[in-house]
Amino acid sequence: MSATAHPTPVHSDSAAYKLGTTYPDVPYAEKERLFGEMKADERFADYLYGCYECGICVAACPSARYYDFSPRRIAQAAAREDVELIYQQMQEDIWDCSQCFSCLRCPRGNNPGGIITVMREVAVNNGLDSARQALRGYTRIIYKIMSTGTQVSPDMLQADAFPDWGPSVAKVSEKLDLWRRALPPDTHHTTTTGWEISTKTLVELYLIWHKTGALAMIEELDPSLHSLLEEVMEDLLDEEGYELD
Amino acid sequence: MAIPVEKVAGPRRQNKAEFQWSADQAPADFHERLFELEERGELVVQRVDTEYMEVPVKYGRTKKVPIGHTWHHKSCGQCGHIPGYSTSIFWVNRKLGIEYEDPRDQTSCTAWNYYASATSNAAAQAAVAMRNFAAAYETGRFPIIHCGTSFGHYKEVRHEILAHDHLREEVRRVMDALGKPLVLPEEMVHYSEWFYAMRHEIARHQVRDFSKIAVTVHPACHYYKLVEGDAIYDPEVYGGQRTAIVSGVAEALGAEVRDYSTWFDCCGFGFRHILVQRDFTRSFATQRKIKRMKEEADPDVTLTHDTGCVTTLDKSQFAARAQDPSFATIPVLSEAQFAALAMGAHPYLVCQLHWHAADYKPLLEKMGIDHEKCWAEFEEATARLERGEQQYLTWEDTDV
Repeated sequence: MSATAHPTPVHSDSAAYKLGTTYPDVPYAEKERLFGEMKADERFADYLYGCYECGICVAACPSARYYDFSPRRIAQAAAREDVELIYQQMQEDIWDCSQCFSCLRCPRGNNPGGIITVMREVAVNNGLDSARQALRGYTRIIYKIMSTGTQVSPDMLQADAFPDWGPSVAKVSEKLDLWRRALPPDTHHTTTTGWEISTKTLVELYLIWHKTGALAMIEELDPSLHSLLEEVMEDLLDEEGYELD
Repeated sequence: MAIPVEKVAGPRRQNKAEFQWSADQAPADFHERLFELEERGELVVQRVDTEYMEVPVKYGRTKKVPIGHTWHHKSCGQCGHIPGYSTSIFWVNRKLGIEYEDPRDQTSCTAWNYYASATSNAAAQAAVAMRNFAAAYETGRFPIIHCGTSFGHYKEVRHEILAHDHLREEVRRVMDALGKPLVLPEEMVHYSEWFYAMRHEIARHQVRDFSKIAVTVHPACHYYKLVEGDAIYDPEVYGGQRTAIVSGVAEALGAEVRDYSTWFDCCGFGFRHILVQRDFTRSFATQRKIKRMKEEADPDVTLTHDTGCVTTLDKSQFAARAQDPSFATIPVLSEAQFAALAMGAHPYLVCQLHWHAADYKPLLEKMGIDHEKCWAEFEEATARLERGEQQYLTWEDTDV
């Protein structure tokens, strides 16, 4: 993405400020292009029907209570095709959303949370710095889910990773192997994945990541992570006799 | 016994109009499109072809919930961080003599990651779902989904697969490459719906008296807000004005279900936030949920039915208590653990409560459970593992 040398001023109450980043202004045509990617998503039309400006979505929204964030503004900007505001929201607002979909209470049938899902995909696909910033610290989770097929694992429960969860985390960590062996289901004795997944299943998951372009998305976000994932996946696929196109 | 609609929000309810079912307002029933595509040979529909129970869902429709011969689609967070959740689901099935499969040919739905980071796309998400559905279909067993987010996301995927020809074709090509059929189940079934359908059978096997136990219920957002037509709404629970899930189970087990004003609020999980921005998660979970429940309902326990909700509501309380010693905590359980305890399950060998953070011991005492004795039994069992007498504990070891 081409950027001009004019950083957008960041106000102290903006999400970008909270994320500790600034973002570049870009030509209007570039903002239009990003909005075009949003509109091209087949789900977009299902998610937007106009806005009564009633604010029910804001009243239901958990993020609106703690951030300078409004699902109503998301729906309004999309409905008005206000590409300047949409670009600003893509940089400053979308990562505040909790993705709980309480905003589906909308009497007009809008889905602001769904619009944000689409906006986030566009932000990741285009390697926006704000997306990288929002996902800083999260990339180890992307590695976990894409390489193992489960999102979180028992061995993530480390006291220094979850100090705010109290002493139970340290106890689990200390006894992890023993307590996992004490679980009655055969599939639950794992420590590096949530449950035991067969190799055949993992191969099929890797093929899905490759064939749908999901793995390629990571390259824009984090080239190092992409290389690591590619290597892990190619090793297993080679071992299992699969050749990628 | 029903929970009357007057229980909802007390006197303030007088100002509210009740929602009335209307065929005009109801969205199209997805089954029509599903069976149309099946007839055209575009996909396979896995039918509920074993014994099932019908439960009422929104818009006055019903849904089939298979009793047995099920394929359990597990949850990352349940198995990984609160394993007594899935263990309790399995234990209740076994206690009722119902056979099931706990498959290794299953991946995460990957929706936690998708809602957190968007590092995926509609085709990948749909392909992951369809691969898991095909894996269930190949066994002849019907999928039953443990995670609320998996359930919600799969309903979204179903809508997209049915609505968008281009996406359906793209996913079909991926499935062809994997050598698998394009399969959708006739019903999307969450485990909590199985517990709801089986609640009276579970109550018949109850061995612990819960009549002195007061509960609050947190219904999971992705269960009933995402594609709402699949969620259980029962005229006998709150007059069908709010989802009956979990509340109906607690009520069937004799517990007192108490209402609180922020029942509609999410837990604060946030997907990305719970992992890398927990200041938001902690604040929301404790200030909008736990504190309100305590002030308005003072429950002995809060029950929910999703991975993220149990995790968030349970783990967030430690920091609030550390910051303010007067912050009153509430134990958090899934209704599966609650039902298992009612049926006599061991709190540690089955329900694995030592993985939880908020203090649950006063609750166990009120249930008449000697937690010190139970912990000694758990330690003796794990000592056998340490001595090398056994490599793993088994289901037989849970019967002490």
